[in-house]
Amino acid sequence: MKILTGNDLKTGQVVWWTGEYWSLHVNDAIDVGDKADEIAKREEALRNVNVPYAIDATQDENGVRPAHIKERVRALGPTVRPDLTLKPADPAAGNWVI
Amino acid sequence: MYKYDSWDQQMVDTRVEEFRDQTRRRLSGELPEEKFRPLRLMNGLYLQLHAYMLRVAVPYGTLNGAQMHALADIATKYDRGYGHFTTRQNIQYNWIKLEDAPDLLADLAKVEMHAIQTSGNCIRNISSDHFAGAARDELIDPRPYAELMRQWSSFHPEFSYLPRKFKIAVIASDTDRAAMRLHDIGIQIVKNAEGEIGAAFYVGGGMGRTPMIAPCINEFVPLDRLITYAEACLRVYNRYGRRDNKYKARIKILVHELGKDEYTRQVEDEYAHMLEQGVEPPFAELERIKTYFADPAFETGLSTEVDRSDPDFALWVDRNTHPHKADGYVSAVISLKPVGGIPGDASDEQIHLMADLATEYSFDELRVMHTQNIVLPHVKIADLPALFAKLDAAGLSTPNLDQIDDIIACPGLDYCSLANARSIPVAQKISERFAANGKGAELGQLKLKISGCINACGHHHAGHIGILGVDRKGTENYQLLLGGSEAEDTSLAKITGPGFDEDGIVGAVETVTDVYLAQRTDGERFLDTYRRIGMAPFKEALYD
Repeated sequence: MKILTGNDLKTGQVVWWTGEYWSLHVNDAIDVGDKADEIAKREEALRNVNVPYAIDATQDENGVRPAHIKERVRALGPTVRPDLTLKPADPAAGNWVI
Repeated sequence: MYKYDSWDQQMVDTRVEEFRDQTRRRLSGELPEEKFRPLRLMNGLYLQLHAYMLRVAVPYGTLNGAQMHALADIATKYDRGYGHFTTRQNIQYNWIKLEDAPDLLADLAKVEMHAIQTSGNCIRNISSDHFAGAARDELIDPRPYAELMRQWSSFHPEFSYLPRKFKIAVIASDTDRAAMRLHDIGIQIVKNAEGEIGAAFYVGGGMGRTPMIAPCINEFVPLDRLITYAEACLRVYNRYGRRDNKYKARIKILVHELGKDEYTRQVEDEYAHMLEQGVEPPFAELERIKTYFADPAFETGLSTEVDRSDPDFALWVDRNTHPHKADGYVSAVISLKPVGGIPGDASDEQIHLMADLATEYSFDELRVMHTQNIVLPHVKIADLPALFAKLDAAGLSTPNLDQIDDIIACPGLDYCSLANARSIPVAQKISERFAANGKGAELGQLKLKISGCINACGHHHAGHIGILGVDRKGTENYQLLLGGSEAEDTSLAKITGPGFDEDGIVGAVETVTDVYLAQRTDGERFLDTYRRIGMAPFKEALYD
């Protein structure tokens, strides 16, 4: 699947396109198919997101998982600071990245 | 240390307000990202993996207590309670909001700091010896010359759009503590046979994807021609440096392709021409700058003895202090490398504490080391027990300067959008491994440096042991290098062979240290043994 990501213009936070809005959680991302460029241009023009781009991902019962490790680090947060990730209470969250 | 005059302050304040307006226009949609990006980068604001990242310049690594407190306050107010001290003697904040950036820069300006020229193809922060102004072995204090170069290079219209970024280091001792020959220009202040003070120019060094050691192109430039000669070096580069290929755009490629002799000839021609133009700043300006770097009021007649009955304290003194030019004083290194910690990271509370300790024990001065530690440059030996106790209580007393766990590590894939692999977890595992197996204490000086990509921010080319993280088909892989040095015996490390996974690289480091322990002779450092026995025994242990 193709999912769309970028950074929030004001805060710089990593965000994912849900079909309606930009979410902080990769599991909310939808398959944008071949609409990535169209959505990206529109949302960037509305200043809802900064430098959006499409990436490859997979989806299974555990949720959406970006194909590349760099995007998985973006999705979670720094693996060396679990307290600053989106799953601070899950000590094994870093394993999802690897 | 240097104090802004009204011109300095006005320049920085004006730049803050200019950026405030640029940010407003970006947020309102007047400026698209492609136009705003170079503007924010000129002010040190990057967009990294998780958020905007701000890189703050610390000129030649020198800070006072008020500045250090301000850096801590910024970590609290605008970031997530910590900062990261870098291999360029700067500090980075990882979680900055664009909408906050102008206010942050205004707060910095209040303590005479900024983030200008910490990005872009310009002359970056001038780096220097972290013991400058304090070291017993230095010829003179190099910081006035570094400051002169900072002023010359700030907003220099001719050098704001160079082919690539440009890094200059200035030192003044035969011991190189600034990786001088791995800079675009390395300047060593020297004394000639006639007893005159001048500057040796090394040009065309660097790390990155094409590491090179800078050759000396002029062994003695008079100090009152320092700027003129540097400007001649820059002019030749600006004119002929490659602009068609980013990967061949650094000055090291130009010097290599022209050859040292031809590059030098062109610089000398330009230099002769420029001497007629008279671009050197007035002598009075250098003298004005020098007044800010006068020695603090060192006491005399101080004891050089201290009670060493506490073995932890004695070990810290042996490893983390450096001889001072004034009797009864030392420079004390505060390690930001606790076992299992993140190299270079410090919490806001720790930064405040270091600022307070500088005020109490070090004439209000601190230095950032390119090895990502902090120096209190002027500490009375008699004050060391009290200083150690306060550092120990804050988790800042790790006695590991230049030991295997004093690891340089770039932010790597945990933070950096350019990285291919994570650096910090590898550093953490290595320091934990050697703390657990007890071998670290046997190894002596062993400089280990880790980069998460070929850009080499973690100086892996210059590590006695270097580690380079690469992306191998979407997974992290780590190449091992041996034999590098950033010191006066500068050398570039060589790759041992096929890479390792994250756990494998930790074991590989242990394997090569075992070879060293088995093969060393009396007094040999790891690097000395490697140079004596070569790569073969290490490769055999790693791969056979």
